[in-house]
Amino acid sequence: MAQMTMIEAIKDAMRVELERDENVLLFGEDVGHVGGVFRATEGLQKQFGEDRVFDTPLAESGIGGLALGLGVQGFRPIAEIQFVGFIFEVMDSICAQASRMRYRSGGKYNSPITFRTPFGGGVHAPELHTDSLEGLMMQTPGIKVVIPSNPYDAKGLLISAIRDNDPVFFMEHLKLYRSFRGEVPEGEYTVPIGKANVVREGSDVTIITYGNMVHTSLKAAEELEKQGVQAEVIDLRTLMPLDIETIVESVKKTNRAIVVQEAQKTSGAAAEIMAQINEKAILHLEAPVIRVAAPDTVVAFGQIEKEWLPNEKRVIAGVKEVINF
Amino acid sequence: MDKASYEVRTNKVELLSILSLDGKVNEELLPNLSDEQLKELMRRMVFTRTWDQRAISLQRQGRLGFYAPVSGQEASMIGSEFALNKEDFICPGYRDMPQLVWHGLPMYQAFLYSKGHQHGGEVPEGVNVLMPQIIIGAQIVQSAGVAMGLKKRGKKNVVITYTGDGGSSQGDFYEGMNFAGAFNLPAIFVVQNNGYAISTPSSKQTAAETIAQKGLAAGIKSVQVDGMDVLAMYKAVQEAAERGRNGEGATLIEAITYRFGPHSMSGDDPTKYRTKDEESKWALKDPIVRFRKYLETKNLWTEDDEKNTIEDAKQTVADQIKKAESTAKMTIPGLIDSMFETTPPHLEEQKKAYLEKEGN
Repeated sequence: MAQMTMIEAIKDAMRVELERDENVLLFGEDVGHVGGVFRATEGLQKQFGEDRVFDTPLAESGIGGLALGLGVQGFRPIAEIQFVGFIFEVMDSICAQASRMRYRSGGKYNSPITFRTPFGGGVHAPELHTDSLEGLMMQTPGIKVVIPSNPYDAKGLLISAIRDNDPVFFMEHLKLYRSFRGEVPEGEYTVPIGKANVVREGSDVTIITYGNMVHTSLKAAEELEKQGVQAEVIDLRTLMPLDIETIVESVKKTNRAIVVQEAQKTSGAAAEIMAQINEKAILHLEAPVIRVAAPDTVVAFGQIEKEWLPNEKRVIAGVKEVINF
Repeated sequence: MDKASYEVRTNKVELLSILSLDGKVNEELLPNLSDEQLKELMRRMVFTRTWDQRAISLQRQGRLGFYAPVSGQEASMIGSEFALNKEDFICPGYRDMPQLVWHGLPMYQAFLYSKGHQHGGEVPEGVNVLMPQIIIGAQIVQSAGVAMGLKKRGKKNVVITYTGDGGSSQGDFYEGMNFAGAFNLPAIFVVQNNGYAISTPSSKQTAAETIAQKGLAAGIKSVQVDGMDVLAMYKAVQEAAERGRNGEGATLIEAITYRFGPHSMSGDDPTKYRTKDEESKWALKDPIVRFRKYLETKNLWTEDDEKNTIEDAKQTVADQIKKAESTAKMTIPGLIDSMFETTPPHLEEQKKAYLEKEGN
């Protein structure tokens, strides 16, 4: 099996799907000849031609509209939004158009679009390049939200997203692009959308998280083990639909949970997860569920980014809080 | 350096008009239409005028939901659609229901759409349209995608999209035209400039001399047409469609027109922003009156034709609203199941809870 970085796995997923289905198209700003600002699409235009992999004018709303129109014509677009903060320019196409195409047309049309976008802090990118905007997407009916944490999942989930007949918002954490390698099978395989992964088993507390915070939480769990606390870590992989079943199963076992997210604290994914645990597992809890998150400010890029982002220490403190409740 | 040498210049835009107010035509510009086709254009305009009047009345009775009146814009709507093939694609704005129906959408579905019923949007197979767009300008960028799809499939078809003068202020208007220009797409952008974006007059909408000139910036062919002249509208779209089919790219058509009624039936009062004088000036350009005069000189249209068409329209509207009203209501479980191809567990759960609590 090949060892790949996450970005290589993402590229491999697109290569596999471009090869398999001629309706798959890949476009966005600088994705063609240059292969994307992060080289996620490098070599794909050369392999599949400008008809299948192409650069667009610099206009995110145009990219969204193009994706929607091509979807109506039976294509399966992979539309890259160069950085997450630029999605505000294309929110209408994603949240008001693609997400409700199936509803609007009484099932006649769908939007088999994958919107790919890099996000995530810790890489000293300029402002509006790293924000965690998954919460906005989660509140939009009709769209799926996927955030992989490792190369294997990234490839399998992206293939699932491309094959999905509903729009998928696929967020790729910048820090994970090249930070480590993992085993990635050749050719096609899928990781199902909507299924979480228990990445570490434990009996004392459940840490529910996704994206780069999976790695932060795993490190925290190792440290906690030394202190005699067995933490179970769940990598959600998909925020919409949310695999609440896996979460509840774990909470029934550990009776304590914290949610760790890189996003600002209020009204985000964590808030939703806590609400659902409350609805489905309150009698299994020995302590309130708490969340570890960034402060409710704009992303502190550059100077104090490291302090702003949730880290291992804060996850450990969070676990202690529910353990000692 | 002389100022003139570095100032960007545009050509003077001239309005394409074929039919005079007293029904005479410019023979040189006359499109190639048979007598039957000329009669059909008239029939459709008269039919649509009656349908519009009936729809307004149905809306007042509470039997329709959102409705945007179309009277005054029949030439622009019907002339433009008439120049298309059935395989061509329409991406309409909220007022453009007539084009959809003349392109094949059953009228009762238009009524269902107005009433907020999902089946209204379930366009039959072989009818190449999207339903009216609510977000101003969104259809413009989507048209670029549809046009690219047609081109990639190797089809000799075009996509036509409509917006108003207000829509030409949206970012999506520029993005869509720019994409169509950059990718050389078979798209036709029609701006039905009816003078007002709800109440805001065109003069407050843009400082551009014409909206047609905005297309020049996108590098696409741009024309201005008398939108109350059905022959001119037909000709402009027919030529634009031919260019699109021949791989010569996109066209922007600014149709100068007027809506005789309010912006919509949801509370707009045009007397607050229009004068009687202005309204009567535009009434002289009524597309039906002008065209009737022309057809009468050719002995192609009689009082009986007019009467029969009106009767036919009234009967059709009556039948179709009845059909819409007898269509089974949408259901919450059906709505829930229309969000995704496969309904995910959380929505299944919400559906179940709804059924249990509501007992239906």
